[in-house]
Parts: sequence; structure tokens; C-alpha cells
Amino acid sequence: MLVNQFLILAAGLFALGVYGLLVRRNIVLILLSVELMLNAVNINLIAFEAMIRSSDAVGQVFAIFVITVAAAEVGIGLAIVLMIFRNRKSANVDDMSLMRW
Amino acid sequence: MSPWILATEEAEQAVEAGITGGFWADTAGIMLVLPLVAFILILAFGKRLKNQGAELAIGALAINTLWATVLFIQNMTEGVLATYSFEIGRIGSDLVFELGWVVDGLSIMMYFLVSLVGLIVFIYAVGYMHGDVRVPWFFAAFSLFAGSMLILVGAPNLIQLIIGWEGVGLASYLLIGFYWEDMENVVAGNKAFMVNKVADVGLILGAIILGLAVGTFDFFEINTAAAEHLETLSTVAVIGGVLLFFGAMGKSAQFPLHIWLPDAMAGPTPVSALMHAATMVTAGIYLMARMFPLFQNLAEGTRPWMVAIGAVTLFALGLLALVTDDIKRVLAYSTVSQLGYMMTAVAAGGYTAGLFHLFTHAFFKALLFLGAGSVIHAVHSNNMSDMGGLRKTMPTTYWTFVVGSLSLAGVFPLAGFWSKDEILATLGSEGYTAVMWIAVAGAFVTAFYMTRAVALTFHGEYKGHGHPHESPRVMTGPLVALAIPAAIFGLLNIPGVDLPGIGNFTRWLAVRVVPMGDHHAEAIDFVIAGSGLLAALLGIALGWRIWGKDRETQVERDSLEIPVLYPLLRRKYYLDDLALGVVGATTGPIARLVNWINDYVIDGIVNGVGFLVKGLGSFVYGILDQRGIDGIVHGLSAAADGSGSAVRKWQTGRVQQYAASFVGGVLILIIVFVFVT
Amino acid sequence: MTFAEWLSEPANWVFAVLGVLVLASGFRVVTARNVVHAALFLVAALGGSAALFLLLSAEFVAWVLVLVYIGAVIVLFLFGIMITRAPTGYDKTLDADRKLWPAALSVIMFVTLAWASIDAFGARVVADLGEPTTTETIGLSLLGRFVIPFEVVSFVLLAALIGGVTIARRDLEPAEEEQRRAV
Repeated sequence: MLVNQFLILAAGLFALGVYGLLVRRNIVLILLSVELMLNAVNINLIAFEAMIRSSDAVGQVFAIFVITVAAAEVGIGLAIVLMIFRNRKSANVDDMSLMRW
Repeated sequence: MSPWILATEEAEQAVEAGITGGFWADTAGIMLVLPLVAFILILAFGKRLKNQGAELAIGALAINTLWATVLFIQNMTEGVLATYSFEIGRIGSDLVFELGWVVDGLSIMMYFLVSLVGLIVFIYAVGYMHGDVRVPWFFAAFSLFAGSMLILVGAPNLIQLIIGWEGVGLASYLLIGFYWEDMENVVAGNKAFMVNKVADVGLILGAIILGLAVGTFDFFEINTAAAEHLETLSTVAVIGGVLLFFGAMGKSAQFPLHIWLPDAMAGPTPVSALMHAATMVTAGIYLMARMFPLFQNLAEGTRPWMVAIGAVTLFALGLLALVTDDIKRVLAYSTVSQLGYMMTAVAAGGYTAGLFHLFTHAFFKALLFLGAGSVIHAVHSNNMSDMGGLRKTMPTTYWTFVVGSLSLAGVFPLAGFWSKDEILATLGSEGYTAVMWIAVAGAFVTAFYMTRAVALTFHGEYKGHGHPHESPRVMTGPLVALAIPAAIFGLLNIPGVDLPGIGNFTRWLAVRVVPMGDHHAEAIDFVIAGSGLLAALLGIALGWRIWGKDRETQVERDSLEIPVLYPLLRRKYYLDDLALGVVGATTGPIARLVNWINDYVIDGIVNGVGFLVKGLGSFVYGILDQRGIDGIVHGLSAAADGSGSAVRKWQTGRVQQYAASFVGGVLILIIVFVFVT
Repeated sequence: MTFAEWLSEPANWVFAVLGVLVLASGFRVVTARNVVHAALFLVAALGGSAALFLLLSAEFVAWVLVLVYIGAVIVLFLFGIMITRAPTGYDKTLDADRKLWPAALSVIMFVTLAWASIDAFGARVVADLGEPTTTETIGLSLLGRFVIPFEVVSFVLLAALIGGVTIARRDLEPAEEEQRRAV
């Protein structure tokens, strides 16, 4: 198995995630796209680990951290979404452009 | 011994004896400076002084008289001969400009004359000008004149002479136009200045030519060069001499440049007395005397012409005194006539004769003018038709005036007789016999018009409207003081007589650096002397016959009318009209041209510059400042504003847009770092 | 190696299948019109990537992924979807109108990454797998070499926990607060 096949796969996932990030109007869907991107990174990391086979399993440990932080981020992110929804009654990101000129 | 050798020998003896200065001669330069110092001081302080500045003027001249008298006596007894000069400038390596003073027979005589007569006239002027306008200015200008005259006569070279010459010309202009409130006086002053200026062209050109030919302007160098017949000088001597004579003609009022002198009587009488009788007008004669060796040795061809001009001046202009009513004009024409005598004498080779007449004339002419001034002061009019019978109310003035008149007419034993006789003798022995008889006729005319003047003024009945009275002592004193020399100074130069211990006038004048020939009579020629005296007595008799009797009106009194002559005289030989016409024809177009240039060229340039500057200013303001700089400033602010407005639109507040920018930026970085570097 | 050689390895077949699954799911995540559908497609994508982990003998990570990500995170998402009352039906307004630039950006992103990868790694192969990574190894590593990041991440989790609770707490009226305290 080539390393590149995993990397290209991850790149594709990442690109999809970017597209979703920029296109979706619902905040929750945006966060979902971010998860997709993080997942792509994980694939990359594991692929690298498989390539170098370090004694500490560095890549895998890194991937675990990524997953953990992603989880924390989702928690906070959704809490914020909740608050926004309570105040504005809308989860549409286009309505949240208060910090404009 | 031939008279020629006598004069030369005396001179040589004087030079050989090595007679030099002494204290008074060494310091004689103070005479040239003091009146100018007085001039400045009077201008500064005159108004505040008790006598309006007269004290300073009289003080300066008194000190000068002291020096001059001492030098005169010193010259009488031992002879004084010295020159002092200081270099003030240089052209190239040869042509030097020096200032200084000369002390020799001729200049000592002039110092004495100018200082003494000047002092007397100044004292008289204190009384005459009392209560008049601008008295400090009068004494200031008068002091300026005195200083310039002394600079002139004390000049060791032509340059200083010219400086003094111009200075007296300036003072003359200022003083003739003293009462400038009247346009006539201003015109008279201008006329005097212009005529003199025309003549000065000749003077300056002559001086330059002679100076360049000899290599120096120093009198003694030039005269020595003339005596030794220097090559370079002999080629230009005639033209140089003629030009110098032309200059002398202007200053000494020789025909036809005499026209300014009668009009110059517009000035105050003391001015007429000192400047236009005794001193300034004699400057021309003085110049001729200074340059005597030049005329004797190298410019001999010019002499007959100069004698002729002098003769014409002497006679024709003397006649003009017969037709004028203004007493000062009578004396003015008389002065011109006497100057003609002096010029003829010097031109003919009578160095001593001409100068002796200058000497005596100064005294009696000044006396006559001061007397006339006294009369004018009393009667408040210049015209003899307003006078008459004044000998009863003004005895001192009358008698001194009579003494002066008789001296002028040349009546034995007064001074004028001796000096006039010497001139006649010189003319005779030099071969100018015709001129001599003209001079004798001139003596007749002189006596004739002076008798007329005396009769119309002092005899008969008073024809005026005022109450004339004798003048104050400050004015009659000088009259008496002048009457004495006018009477007795003739005795200083009786031909062949040496006064014990002091010699005579001829010997005093003989003290000079450059020996030269000079006619000096050894003994009285009774024929010539007798002719002169006879002519004078005839004139007096005839004059008394015509004008002595009193008549009812002035018109009847002055009713002598010689056909053809008198109308011509009344128009002054049409010379004034000629001069006016020439001046008008030449200066009018020039003045119009200059005016045109001023209006169109010069003013055009100035206005053009003004327009240019204005246009430049409006350009700088309108375009550079308003549009350019303000445009830049506004443009900058507009740019900031616009770019701000534009860039502001990026802040949409929309997160996805920010995210997109984010991603884009990251991409670019990746590309740069991974692929490019 | 050539495509034929690549295809000869059985692992690559598995990879191909799984890759298609993951990519398709990912594509559907970003293009689904139904919010819940999008979440569920993410589940599929995550499951596929867990299988890929297994393929790369990262067993522990795979199961962690399943447990944490799919088990907790997606559930959280579904809760969030429900609370924000997103329309569970078909929703046309789910995507933004202008899709060109984001699409272009993502394509460029993909191309750049792919090119970089190919450029950097060329034909390198994953190493001979042999034994899969044991949990022991990961445990020892976590508490050995990476103990500090491990502790820091725990703090992060703690902070996220507290932060989440604080943010999402409903602000009580002053009257209610009084009441609560009295009780």
C-alpha cells in the first residue's frame, strides 16, 4: 500500500470538508464539516505512523489527541450554538453578521 | 634790461634761493578745508545759533584771512614757494590723482583776495540778510563757495582745479536760485549752470588732453614741459589750450558765453558782490594765468583770438550797461567788461597786468555791489527809476560808491587807474595797438555808464515811494573797509617803483616755479596813461552833462537814445534769443525722446514685470496651490476615504466569508512554502 | 509501481472499497439537503475511516474513533440539531447561493495537497505491517513520552466541560434565583 493513496484520500476528505465549511448555512452543519476535516487529518496521521513505525506510536497518539480535542471543541461549539439559538431564534449563519462594518 | 629777462631772473633767483614753506605755508591747507567744515556745521547747527550760522562762516573766513595775510606778508618780504600734494588715486602706473595746495605768488594773492573780500562781504551779509528767509542755508552755501574757490586757486593740478571749478559752479547755482519761490530766479540759476556746463566740457577735455600728453596733471610739470618745448605736448598744446580757454570763457563770462552773468543778479546782493564780481568769475582768468607758460610757448597761435574775444567782451558788452535800469545789472555788465580787460591782458602776455587788474577790481567792484545792495535795501527796489537824491539820506553809501566808481573808471590816483593803465601799456607794447585803442574807448564807456548810474541813483530828486535811510553800521562798515583798498592799492604796483622792504606786486607775483616771459612796464608811459585818463574824464563829463540834471520823470532823465545802437543793446544783441533758440531746438527733441523712452520702454518694462509677477502669482495660487497642492491633499484624503470604503466592505461579519479568506490564505502559504521555496 | 501491481495486493482492494465509501459519505455530508441525513452520512464516513485505521493496524485508535466520535460526538450533534429545531425535512435553504468560489477553493486545496504529497512521498510504501500496534505500546507512550500533552488535554476536556455547562446554562430571573436559594 502506498502512503500516497491514504494521503490523497485524506486530501479529498479535507477538500470536501472545506467545501462544506464554506457553503453550509446551518451552523451545526458547519461544525459537521469541521469534523470531517479533522477526520481527514486523523487518516493522515495514522498513515504516517504506518509509514515510519516509530517505537512510541507517535502518529497514533497524536491522532488520539486530535480526537479528544475535537470532542471538546464540539461540546463548546454546540453550547455556543445553543445560546445563539436561544437569543436569535435562528441557526442560520447568514443572520449572524453583527460584527460587520 | 629787457623786461622779459627781469621777470625770468627774479623767478630763477627765487627758486635758486630755495625758498620753501615755513609753518604758515605747510599748514596753508587748512584754508581750503575750514570753509567746508563751516558748511557742514552750519547745516547741522546753524538754525540754533544766535546769528543763524553766520558766526561759523565768518569765523572760518577770519581764520583763513589770518593765514592768507601772514602768507601775503611773508611773500612780500621774503617770498614763499612750496607745493604740497597727496596721492589719492592712480590709473595704471603713471597717471596719478593728487590733492593738495600750492603756495606761490599767484595763489597767495588769490588766497588773500578771496579770504579778505569774502570776510568783508560775509560781515556785510549779516546785516543785509537779517530777517530774510533761509539764512542758515545762505551762509552754508556761501561757505561752500568760499571753500570751493580756495580749493580751486590752491590746486596743484588740473584735477583739483576742476573739482573746485565744479564746486563754485554748484554754489553759484544754489545761491542764484536762493529765492527759488520766484520762477525767474530758478531760471537764472539754471541758465548760469547750463552755460557753465557747456564751457566745462572744454575745460575737462582740455585737461584730459594735456594730462595725457604730458603724463601728469600737475601744473608745474605741464608748465615746465611747455617751457622746455616737450615733443608730446607741442602736438596737442594748441587744441588743449583752446579747450581750456573755452572753459575759462564760460566761467569768466567772455563773449558769447557771458549771457548768464546779468541774469545771475537774481541772487542776493552779497552773492553778486563776492561771486559774480570779485572771485568766482575770476577763476577763468586765474586758469589762464596758471597755464601762462603753455600759452606763451606752445600755443602762441591762439593768443590773437583770445585777445580779440577779450576785446569784444570789453567793449560791446560794456555798452549794454547804458540801457539797463536795474542798478545791479549795470554793475554786472561792468564786471563782464572788466573781465574782458583782464582776459585781453593775460592773453596778450601781460601776466602781471591782468592779475593786478583782477586784484584791484575785486575790491572796487565788491565795494560797488555792496553799495548797490545798501541802496536796494533802503529803497526796496533794484531799479534806478525808483531811486534818486539818495546822497542826502545815505552819505556813507554815496561817498564809498563814488570812490568805487572813480576807481572803476580809472581816475588818477585811485587803484583802477594804475591797473587799467598797465593793461593799456601791455597791449601797446605787445603790438596790439588796435586793441589798445578799443580798450581806451572802453574806458570812456565805463566812465560814461558809471556816471549815469551815480547820477540816476544818488542825484536829483527821490523818485520812489518809501523813506530811505542809511544802512546799519554792519553794512556801512564793510563799505568803508573796501573803499580804502579801492583807493590806495594802486600804489602797490606803480611801474618801476619798489616800495621799501616789500617790493611791489610784480615781484610778489614773480615768485613762481616756472620762469616765463611777462610784460612788466619799467616806467610809466605817459602817453598811454594820459589817453586812458583823458578817456575816463571825458566819459564822466559827458555823462554828467546828460544825466546830471534832474528832470521830472525817469523817462525824461534817461532819454538818451542813439539810433540803431540802442535798440540792439536793448535786445542784448539778440544773444539771449539765439541761446534760447539753440537750446530749445536741441534739447527739446532730446527731452521728448527721453520722455518717450521713459514712458514706453522703462515704464513698459516695469509694468510688464508687474503683470508678469501678477500672472505668476495668480498661476502659482490658482494652479499650483489651489489645484495642484490642494488637489494632492484632497486626493490623498479621497484615496484614504475611498480605499477605506472599499476595504471596509470586506468586514461583512459573515463567518464563512472569513473562513474562505482563511483557507485561501493558507493555500497560498502552502503553495509558496512547498512549491516555490 | 504500476496500477496492475497495485491492484494485485488484496489490501488495496479493501482500501479501494473503503475509500469509495468514505469519499462518497463525505460528499453526501456536505451536499445533503436534510440535516439529519448529513449527520448520518458523517457516521458512515467515520465508520469507513475507522475501518481504514484497522487496515493500517491502528486498532486502538480505530475503536477510540468509534466510541468517542460516533458514539458521543455524533449523538451530541443530533441533540444539537434537535434543540436548534432545524427543519428535519427537506430544506432548500440549507446551502449558500454562491457555490463557485468555495468549490474552486476546495478543488485547489485538493490539488495542492495531492501534489505536495506525491511530490514528497513519491512511491513510498507503508511499512510491512506485521503485528498491529498494541494498546500497551500506546499506553506506555501516552504516559511516558507524551505524559505532559496527555495531562494538558485532560485540562482541555475539563475546561470544555465546565465551559459548555456555563455557556449553555439558562440565565435565571432574579426572582427565580431567590427562590432557588431559599430552597
